[in-house]
Amino acid sequence: MRKRRTGTTVCIYTFLVLGAISCLIPLFWLVRSSFMSTEDMFKLPLILFPKKLKVQNYIDVFTMVPFAQFYANTIFVVVVNIIGALISNLMIAYGLTRIEFKGRKLMFSLSIGTLMLPAYVQLIPLFLEWNWFGKINTFLPLTVPAFFGNAFFIFMLCQFLRTIPRDFDEAAFMDGASYPLIIAKIIFPLAKPAMAVVAIFQFMFTWNDFMGPLLFLNDMEKYTLAIGIRTFISTFYTPWGVLMAAATLTILPLIVLFFIAQRYFISGLTLGGIKG
Amino acid sequence: MSRTKIGFNTKRQTLWGWILISPLCLGLTLWVAFPMGLSLYTSMTTWDMLSKAEFVGFQNYIKIFTEDELFLKSIKNTLYFTFLSVPLQMVVALCGALLLNSQVKGKGVFRTIFYLPSLIPLVVSSVMWLWLFNHQYGLINYFLNILGADRIQWIDSKEMVIPSLTIMNVWNIGNVIIIFLAGLQGIPNDLLEAVDIDGGRYYHKFRYVILPLLSPIILYNMIVNMIKCLQLFVEPYIMTNGGPVNSSLSFVLHIYNNAFKYGKMGLANAMAWILFILTMLISLIIFKTSNQWTFYEGDK
Repeated sequence: MRKRRTGTTVCIYTFLVLGAISCLIPLFWLVRSSFMSTEDMFKLPLILFPKKLKVQNYIDVFTMVPFAQFYANTIFVVVVNIIGALISNLMIAYGLTRIEFKGRKLMFSLSIGTLMLPAYVQLIPLFLEWNWFGKINTFLPLTVPAFFGNAFFIFMLCQFLRTIPRDFDEAAFMDGASYPLIIAKIIFPLAKPAMAVVAIFQFMFTWNDFMGPLLFLNDMEKYTLAIGIRTFISTFYTPWGVLMAAATLTILPLIVLFFIAQRYFISGLTLGGIKG
Repeated sequence: MSRTKIGFNTKRQTLWGWILISPLCLGLTLWVAFPMGLSLYTSMTTWDMLSKAEFVGFQNYIKIFTEDELFLKSIKNTLYFTFLSVPLQMVVALCGALLLNSQVKGKGVFRTIFYLPSLIPLVVSSVMWLWLFNHQYGLINYFLNILGADRIQWIDSKEMVIPSLTIMNVWNIGNVIIIFLAGLQGIPNDLLEAVDIDGGRYYHKFRYVILPLLSPIILYNMIVNMIKCLQLFVEPYIMTNGGPVNSSLSFVLHIYNNAFKYGKMGLANAMAWILFILTMLISLIIFKTSNQWTFYEGDK
């Protein structure tokens, strides 16, 4: 009995370590290649660990294309999206859960229904609409929709608000506070952990969004990182080292954020996933 | 449900309710209903973004099924990818979650590592795997070489390109692992102990307790991932551009090409509607067949 148990434990650890290695190796390869010159990358037998780390690729990233500009654009779009998501989703979730009025259940269901719509199916229609508005090649199509709520966040915040006792709002209401004041002064501070989840996931969605910028932006000066990377790939000559450096720089903020705010990532996933 | 005491009267309450959810109402109109309507109309025209649109009814839809040779090919590729990826993702994620749920040291570290790949944006992972799959200088063929196997033409061969994209897809399964793990942690211990008392082995625990209790979460993840897989776009767009010989041309890539490369907006919108219907149809089939294998507590 005892012997088999050690056997099982060894087995579990083996698989865990193997899994961890397969998760990490591609990332290691990415970072490793970003520090190598093109000649070293194309040498056989392969050099697994470069002896000297070369930072030239990281310099080239910024000189070959306006990569700093891509960064600034991405940060701008991300910040506006987060602000929009924080304001609109809390408002909507409050209205849907804490005020009773006719039609709110219908609106809640309609909102949840949009979760079932495949995002890419909506993109060409959205392109047509923004084209019709004449706002292609501006940041508006990438930022404005964030101010109108997102079904995933609304659902999550509704779940969260139901756990906050109503006595808080009622007491404030008796003191003559209005709804906006209650939301700002009472609900927002209480909902901070959920708001952090909203902010982090919005950050991820926007930072990683590829199709949106691809459709809506034309000029290279307006590119975000996601489509900026694409400019290094060409049929004739792809500077692999520089491409890997650009990719590493793109994921760096995500990884830093993840290690700072790991618990919010996990709670966001389980909130959205389990109760669905 | 008891009536809330908040608000002086229902009229004012109703007004405030609608004010607070007005972004949602506007959003549904502006970003869902209106564009969908516009798209439905465009799908019945010959609009090419330059000349004036001419209304042609269902002609685009008929054209797609009769004249477009790549339509069926792209649907086939997409379905192949989806039905290869989704079951594999579910099995791998479930195994990962079961491993993480066992009593081991360093659980937190492994959980972090397993989740890490799903942080990576699709563009970056596409670029990264493009390099890993490289025939001569890629790491994967290097390992194969060490193991004594022949090099494989991963994304450069007609047969291997979709399986290659599947491998990539299974790599970033971390978020599903985390969701499964949370589900596993919610399984009451007394149920598992009951199996022990009855002399059951791990297999029995898995088959009669874990799997039934986890089945709603499996269903949820299956549908979410299926919708994602049916929309395969970034990977073939970046890595293969649909090649070799259109063997990785996904349906969304085909729509994109029609809309933005060839300017056939009418045709592309008709295709988008076909994709929409296809997605709903497959979701519906999964839902309808799911009551045979999912289990909800409180069900009789």
